[in-house]
Amino acid sequence: MSSIVLMLLGLGGMALGFFVYSKFLALVVFKLSDTFITPAHEFEDGVDFVPTNKFVLWGHHFTSVAGAAPIVGPAIAVIWGWLPAFLWVTFGTIFFAGIHDFGAIWASVRNRAKSVGTLTGEVVGTRARAIFSIVIFLVLLMVNAVFGVVIARLLINNPSAVVPVWGAIIVALIIGQAIYRAKISLPLVSLLGVIALYALIYIGPDVPLALPAEGVIGLSPSAAWILILFAYAAIASLLPVWVLLQPRDYINGLQLFVGLIALYGAILVANPTVVAPMINMDVPAGTPSMIPLLFVTIACGAISGFHGLVASGTTSKQLNKETDARFVGYFGATGEGALALAAIIAATAGFATFADWQGIYHSFGQGGVQAFVTGGANILSAGTGLDIAVAGTMLTVMAALFAGTTMDTGLRLQRYIFQEWGEIYNIKWMAKPLPATLLSVGSCLVLAFGAGGAEGSGGLLIWPLFGTSNQLLAGLTLLVITVMLVRRGSPTVFTLVPLVFILVMSLYALLEQLRGFYLKENWFLLGLGAVVLVAAVFVTLESVAALKRAKAERKETEAKEAN
Amino acid sequence: MKNTFSRLKYIYKKASAAGAEYYNAPYRAAIARAQRDEDDLFMLLIFSEMMGIPNPASWYCLELQPLLLERFHAWHLRMGMERSPYDHFRCC
Repeated sequence: MSSIVLMLLGLGGMALGFFVYSKFLALVVFKLSDTFITPAHEFEDGVDFVPTNKFVLWGHHFTSVAGAAPIVGPAIAVIWGWLPAFLWVTFGTIFFAGIHDFGAIWASVRNRAKSVGTLTGEVVGTRARAIFSIVIFLVLLMVNAVFGVVIARLLINNPSAVVPVWGAIIVALIIGQAIYRAKISLPLVSLLGVIALYALIYIGPDVPLALPAEGVIGLSPSAAWILILFAYAAIASLLPVWVLLQPRDYINGLQLFVGLIALYGAILVANPTVVAPMINMDVPAGTPSMIPLLFVTIACGAISGFHGLVASGTTSKQLNKETDARFVGYFGATGEGALALAAIIAATAGFATFADWQGIYHSFGQGGVQAFVTGGANILSAGTGLDIAVAGTMLTVMAALFAGTTMDTGLRLQRYIFQEWGEIYNIKWMAKPLPATLLSVGSCLVLAFGAGGAEGSGGLLIWPLFGTSNQLLAGLTLLVITVMLVRRGSPTVFTLVPLVFILVMSLYALLEQLRGFYLKENWFLLGLGAVVLVAAVFVTLESVAALKRAKAERKETEAKEAN
Repeated sequence: MKNTFSRLKYIYKKASAAGAEYYNAPYRAAIARAQRDEDDLFMLLIFSEMMGIPNPASWYCLELQPLLLERFHAWHLRMGMERSPYDHFRCC
């Protein structure tokens, strides 16, 4: 199978989704109107509510939602063969993620730019609001723990990336100072920043850096990196945003575009053959069944609840016209689908032979982001003539920086939740930033080490659980959208089918995972899985109840109108 | 030639503005909030003498008070006081 064909089929399908399906959704389902005054205009304050050009807004939305998750998930899921991952990413983007992100912006814009969490409380009910905060907390907890493990592995497997990854943080700090203190013009700073970053990547292979194999103060290299990363993330999440987070997000955004263009360009030039099987009949022992696990292993890239938070948190406050929601939301999801597709191609076509590929995917949870880096580097090098070590370093830096940004943003959000709990339950010390951050870091470390022992290397076992919680979040957002559509008398099948599908798959996947944890006698993960299962059952019950209520209300309104 | 130059300049300006927007927009709210927090502390310093907190720079603070009067109402509301905290200094 030629990877160009795969790429054209995937991107072509997504483009068709954007040009045809999203237009249909805008006209028939959401009935967008240009005359509707968006919150950005209604409450314009120059701070939160600012009407923004749709291309700039798309840029934000896309770079905020696309991170390491659409790389890690698909790169793990190709263990079942390239076809299932390819189909789920392509159809997921078209029929699930697109309408979810688009709908989340629409729902928020129609409700004075309120966040999905608040909307869940108002549209569905207070119980659903409570479940929503629990699910968000679980998602954040798991994403931080998993990404800590992912970056640690990347740094161990690719010592050439250690200097550029940490160097990029120094570059970001300098960019922040240059813009805010020295007031140097942005294009110049960007140019110098990008040159510095790529210079670091270029010299990375010449200055490899690894922690001593015998360990640091009694800790294995993996455990030591995880602790260092959390210490860094804790400090980063406490710093004012302009110092590090803002310039780093900016560099990441630039890197995302450069990386995507370079990867797709290299695929076009090199046209590598997909060596992985279409459907892997000979999966390594211990690999869970493809259905339902595929649908929770790939969350970001097919459908992800995280997007709803971005869509209704910041994007909806800046939407210039209601009709822009289609471009920003749906096309934003398409962008992430394209990243996931690139990850699939890199992890299946970037190897010389099937045996090489099998060597990497020797057990479930292996491969993953490392397969993306190794495979992607082979493709990049073949397509652009770049030295393979430099190409590998570039992709490692890209993945590690994405994961790092998600980690410190995640820790910051988790800290806010702890602080809020401190205020609600009148626990004074918990309401303060530092203790709340320490609590967040502590809970993530318990998870990272509790799931995988002192090495911390088993933390990736949580990945499917993270996917499940993320899907539950998406389910709640789809529920809000569906209830709103029922109340307006619009067609609901286009949101209802994805909602039912992901709820069924999440529940099924949870039961499968719980059985697996029980058989492996991993009581820690069994407990965590049970919490997610309880949340999932409640989400399902709330969905049924809320939809029944909304349908009854609608019937009453229709009857009144008829009279 | 001149035309090309001015066109290039125009494109550069546009790109620069879009870049600045891209850089600033996601964090505008967080930075404005941080600035407001600092301003709130400044307000407390300026009006501290009136609350009986000794302030060595009270003379200079007094000079600033009329300038900050416009912000006074919003400030005491933000600080959780529905009415002005001073008997002799009413704004609402």
